[in-house]
Amino acid sequence: MEYEAIIGLEVHVELKTKSKIFCSCSTSFGAEPNTQVCPICLGLPGTLPVTNRQVVEFGIKTALALNCQVASYCKFDPKHYYYPDVPKNFQWSQFDMPIGSNGHLKINVDGEELVIGIARVHMEEDAGKLIHIDGPDGGYSLVDYNRTGVPLLEIVSEPDLRSPAQARAYMEKLRTILHYLDVSDCKMEEGSLRCDANVSVRPRGSSTYGTKIEVKNMNSFRSLQRALEYEIERQVNLLENGEQVQPATVAWDESRGVTTVMRVKGESSGYRCFPEPNLVPIEIDSAWIERVRQELPELPDARRQRLIDDYGLPLYDAEVITSSKELADYFDRTVALYPDAKTVSNWLMGDFSRLLNAHNLEPGQAPVPPQELAALLQLQQEGTISGKIAKQVLEEMFASGKGARQVVEEQGLIQISDAAALGQIVAEVLAANPKVVEDYRNGKTKALGFLVGQVMKATKGKANPGLVNKLLKEQL
Amino acid sequence: MNLCELTAHELGELLKSRQVSAVEATEAAINRIEAVDSRVQAFVTRTVEEAFAQARAVDAARSRGETLGPLAGIPMALKDNICTVRIRTTCSSRMLADWVPPYEATVVSRLKEAGAILLGKLNMDEFAMGATTETSAFFPTRNPWDLERVPGGSSGGSAAAVAAGEAFYTLGSDTGGSIRQPAAFCGVVGLKPTYGRVSRHGLIAFAPSMDQIGPLTRDVTDCALILNAVAGHDSSDCTTADLPVPDYRAALNTDIKGLKIGVPREYFADGLDPEVAAIVRRAIDKLAELGAICEETSLPHTEYALPTYYLVAYAEASSNLARYDGVSFGLRVPGRDIEEMNINTRTEGFGPEVKRRLMLGTYALEAGNYEAFYLKAAKVRTLIRQDFEAAFNKYDLLVTPTEPMVAFRLGEKGNKKPLAMAAADSYTSAVSLAGLPALSLPCGFSQGLPVGLQLIGPSFAEARLLQVAYAFEQNTEYHRRRPALEVA
Repeated sequence: MEYEAIIGLEVHVELKTKSKIFCSCSTSFGAEPNTQVCPICLGLPGTLPVTNRQVVEFGIKTALALNCQVASYCKFDPKHYYYPDVPKNFQWSQFDMPIGSNGHLKINVDGEELVIGIARVHMEEDAGKLIHIDGPDGGYSLVDYNRTGVPLLEIVSEPDLRSPAQARAYMEKLRTILHYLDVSDCKMEEGSLRCDANVSVRPRGSSTYGTKIEVKNMNSFRSLQRALEYEIERQVNLLENGEQVQPATVAWDESRGVTTVMRVKGESSGYRCFPEPNLVPIEIDSAWIERVRQELPELPDARRQRLIDDYGLPLYDAEVITSSKELADYFDRTVALYPDAKTVSNWLMGDFSRLLNAHNLEPGQAPVPPQELAALLQLQQEGTISGKIAKQVLEEMFASGKGARQVVEEQGLIQISDAAALGQIVAEVLAANPKVVEDYRNGKTKALGFLVGQVMKATKGKANPGLVNKLLKEQL
Repeated sequence: MNLCELTAHELGELLKSRQVSAVEATEAAINRIEAVDSRVQAFVTRTVEEAFAQARAVDAARSRGETLGPLAGIPMALKDNICTVRIRTTCSSRMLADWVPPYEATVVSRLKEAGAILLGKLNMDEFAMGATTETSAFFPTRNPWDLERVPGGSSGGSAAAVAAGEAFYTLGSDTGGSIRQPAAFCGVVGLKPTYGRVSRHGLIAFAPSMDQIGPLTRDVTDCALILNAVAGHDSSDCTTADLPVPDYRAALNTDIKGLKIGVPREYFADGLDPEVAAIVRRAIDKLAELGAICEETSLPHTEYALPTYYLVAYAEASSNLARYDGVSFGLRVPGRDIEEMNINTRTEGFGPEVKRRLMLGTYALEAGNYEAFYLKAAKVRTLIRQDFEAAFNKYDLLVTPTEPMVAFRLGEKGNKKPLAMAAADSYTSAVSLAGLPALSLPCGFSQGLPVGLQLIGPSFAEARLLQVAYAFEQNTEYHRRRPALEVA
């Protein structure tokens, strides 16, 4: 029997506000444990929360970017569960009235555009971190409350995803949008972007859903895809063997490449949510929503279309360039100085990206500013340097941070386009290779390539390749 | 002259004219506490050294010629659910018996700034859950008018200390009647301000949608003075109203001619002690005599107020008290694992009344119960609010007995008889659900025990309540009576 997977993602995004959601403690990552805490985020008796309006602002922004309806009335509800990283034993979240609902985003997978529904976007506070120390009698645990109260958005998709590849594409697109919005660092490795998946399988064509499994602990796009592939196969195998899928929460084990059961889901009395009396509801009027809408940056889909419409870039190029806001910004700034967009795009997708990866840098951190890349391309276009030399120069620019012209001049890389000077070198190469010259004259046209190579070698690559070809043919 | 017999504003005049120093006033209060508190048992913690240090600072400021406010140098005390930095704040619970807050409540900062002298922290029902102060994990407080009787609760220590002359004024907190009821039982003035009038920052929660801090005083003028000092917007409590605070004392006058007062008949029904009823009726006649127009009216949803109050308050409490788990503050009773530690801590840390309320509140919020209980209560709450809104379209204020009875004997109600104790909340909880201001003041005595008159106003009409109370007080003598503790 053929099966299909039904996948929905719950994504938690840490917002990059300066202070926490209900107090003024810093949200910065990596501080000494329990140094960014106060009576409020420690949940001490008698303390009261005050909502950070920047969090609401980011919530509206994200909801709008994900095509959601923005709630006009927003409240928080305590969600109760006993766990020592939650000092109040409840988390302020939004239960029945999320800030955003009924949205969608678009993904492209295998050349097909899919619209994935967003059920809701809601604001909540993050929990602290438990650190388990092994020892006799099972060891002990320490709690770091620095992260307690860091603002989160939870973005819940509809169960519209049908494959691990789609899930990954959704997650990548979501991260791109969040980057464009500048509301989060979106670093999966630091936990500022986290993802849980709900996945079930059913016979293709069936209209009912199978038993849902919640998968946690996927810390990269790759592990999301791998975990889902594994989990789908596991569920299909169970069904094929006539067994049932038991509802559970499982954790992805990256090193072993398997999912393991964390807890079996049973009857639950729920989280006992009710409207939090200590937090006054927030009214979001249409003027506020409109202001945020006006201030929204150009989003990836619109930008991609602009690159296609204004610069005639192929869809593929536009997709790659706009997948990173920084890369797209870099593109725009380079094209403003060097208008051959396709050449710029080729360079950015090719050597530029390769060098970024090699140096482990984001586009915004490139040691080569857009005007220097434009200068390099200009030198190539003018014929001052060859394409091959240009690649070499870019490499040096990344390594040293020097400008294009400076590298070219310092290393004497200016292309030799002087016919007289080159003509002499060509004559010398021909004289030194009589056998090859004879082959050529006997109809072995491939021999020309060897001779070109010899001229290039003799000029350390600086010879104008077109001119070399022309001169060789003349002299042969 | 026995300083401890004076009201706060009378003492304030003596301090201002330098006939008495703050140190002398503090000494008098501490001597009084020494003399009577072994019998009254109002104080959980005494802060004698800090009190003298503050008093010396006030005296020094006065001798430098600084202009001081009316509360400077006047000794007072706080209910022990109001956080005081470096002074333990226990909620009269084993859970917090040794807990010292690292921060202080906004009301404490405001009173300190006004030059108040803190004598100590006052006993209460555990986590403000009770109406007798018998649920305190430490000891019950006694009613100064009859040591065999309860002072009421949950602010029993706050009311008893004022009645016994141990503090010139105190702060209490009121969730369903916890200021007004003990004020009535102890024959003092107690005001529950409008929800949002006084900051709750630093008040350990029982039910945050109703909790309010308010003063307990010997007369209405004192009540106005204290409210002046503590009321107003606080950026640390987003539920406080950003409204101007009038000068409550300046608003006191005795002219209540033409004021329309409604008398809701539901508060004079079965269960009201006949003698209390007669005393309250006479008080209403007095208001009429002073020129007010008193008419019978109705608050039709009154009978639903008590169950509604319980559902809302207990549900909120079950949420707010979840944090007492032994992990990072308060009592910790170890266990084999974290869950057992949570259970052991809560089992030993909470008394039976708190546990009962937490269980009921948890139940009311559980999936499958929420709609039938919590949500239904929230809807009835709206109806109760609307009852009052309709009444205030016709009347400037409402008047009722604060309590249907006088103070009862220790052990008579309370712990083992939760429903009997419930009656004590029935006259005060509707007001709490509606978030309205209400004041209790002495209006007579039944068998030697004080009877309280409850004045209820529209939101933020504290000035009007105080004015009517003042008019009544200026034409009666009940507030001048003091319990005969000396002979005991």
